[in-house]
Amino acid sequence: MRTSRRWWLVFFLGPAIVLFAAFITYPILSALAFSLYAWEGIGRRGFVGLANFARLFATFPYAGLLVNAFWHNVLVFIATMLLQNVTALGLAVLLARGPWGARGYRVIFFLPVMLSLVIVGFLWALFLNPVFGLVNKVLTLLHAGALARPWLGDASTALLTLIVVNAWRWLGFPTIVFLAGINAVPEEYVEAARIDGAGEWAVLRRIIFPLLAPAVTIIVLLTFIGAFNWFELPYIMQGVSGAPNRATDVLSLLFYRTAFGEVDTGLQDIGIGSAIAVLMFALLLGMSAVGAVLLRRREVELA
Amino acid sequence: MTRGGAGRTAVQCVLLLNAFLVLAPMAIMGVSAFKSTREIFQHPFALPGVWRWENFARVWVEARFALYFRNSVLVTIASVVIVVILGAMAGYALGRFRFRGNDLVYLYFLSGLMLPIRLGIIPLFILMRTLHLLDTLWALILTYAASGLPSAVFILTGFFRTLPADLDSAARIDGAGEWLIFRRIMVPLVRPALVIVAVYNLIPIWNDFFFPLVFIQTDRWKTLPLGMTTFFGQYSADWGALFAGLTLAAVPVVTLYALLSQQFIRGLTAGAVKG
Repeated sequence: MRTSRRWWLVFFLGPAIVLFAAFITYPILSALAFSLYAWEGIGRRGFVGLANFARLFATFPYAGLLVNAFWHNVLVFIATMLLQNVTALGLAVLLARGPWGARGYRVIFFLPVMLSLVIVGFLWALFLNPVFGLVNKVLTLLHAGALARPWLGDASTALLTLIVVNAWRWLGFPTIVFLAGINAVPEEYVEAARIDGAGEWAVLRRIIFPLLAPAVTIIVLLTFIGAFNWFELPYIMQGVSGAPNRATDVLSLLFYRTAFGEVDTGLQDIGIGSAIAVLMFALLLGMSAVGAVLLRRREVELA
Repeated sequence: MTRGGAGRTAVQCVLLLNAFLVLAPMAIMGVSAFKSTREIFQHPFALPGVWRWENFARVWVEARFALYFRNSVLVTIASVVIVVILGAMAGYALGRFRFRGNDLVYLYFLSGLMLPIRLGIIPLFILMRTLHLLDTLWALILTYAASGLPSAVFILTGFFRTLPADLDSAARIDGAGEWLIFRRIMVPLVRPALVIVAVYNLIPIWNDFFFPLVFIQTDRWKTLPLGMTTFFGQYSADWGALFAGLTLAAVPVVTLYALLSQQFIRGLTAGAVKG
């Protein structure tokens, strides 16, 4: 009886554990180990300690590339917070007032989240084409033709343009999360404040926003993770090298190029690539831990 | 701010503007798919003079979209089915069986929620190479199925735990075997959770570009997102075909969404909204 129960346990749990261990745990742990070895192609050579990290941080061309890419990830995070998430909060506040058609707007706003970033990237690359693209044509129609430019080809506008396209795709997500947060605020709190003579803005500032803190924490966390994993959109729209002239290079692209080789420079080094992966792990795990702690503390405050 | 008519009109204007910014690019994409390249360049906002269905035919057959679709459908269905079945089995064991190490195994799966598997891509690539799975759909299916397990185990263990305790003991007293209890009593009761797990995994797997980019070389095994990069390289001068390709790729997802929008909104924000 007891043995049969044990066999059933193995039967139910075994396949999932094996699959997860082989294709998630093993690769992730190996990635940490790989960063401590020297590599030739995909052949592992001797143990070198932290030499790969030293080369990554202090030697040409890696150090410069790393700083450049990291800085772009930071910019993506900040700009997305300001552009996308603030807009989303505004839209959520409007939708929460229960305007005519709120249900329909909700469905429409979330639609682009369903589309693959490959579709979104190629579609906007066509729209942003400097000669035939719609964006410059619309600007001309609006008598703002002076603003027309090669948005993706100009190093000063390329990254920001990608961030706007990314926001176009994602905007519905934080909107829905904020809306759910606002709708979860007990009606009595808002009513009570209104009876005490609080205006719209006071209700928002004093009641809604403080109670929205957990939703905000989650969105900040997901935006951070998204910003530091940013890969598809720059890859599709600007290529693996972060054109023009590395103006849209980010950590994931640098990691991919270092791991699997770059067409134009032929640079490939699995040791350094793994070191970049470890660095990104540390960043993401650190931020997730901070987020989890903040989230728990705020939940306690609310309870 | 007043709650009067002026305020309401302003709210509608903002919401309408945003809806327009979402829908207009997609509408232009869909309409341009029926035009010739020349029409797209000269009259970008106009309806096509003749509706050119042949753009789609060209993309579907010549540009091998039929093939890419087949691969994407195979990979997505196989991965989601494996995630749901293995997730339900593991969730059942963790949610209903008391044994030493239960919490440990549960936390082990949960660790996968925090770790981005993409960063393990180099060892995963070498592993797939060793297993002779590179350039096969199996490389994708195994990767997606494994990375879907943490969320599936998390959601389903929670559901199995909420089922009343007498349920399986009563069945056991009646002499039902373990598999029968699982399959006939437990699984039907957590069906809504199985749907959530499927929805949560479906769209990210269908849309994924990163793993095919690394694992797949041959055109024959490319999924839709990867196949589209090949297509955009080959047809770069034929904008009618490009828009038709984009539209074709968007249609299945948009159709599914039109039918089940509430489920998708709830499913995809499940991790963030529950809090």
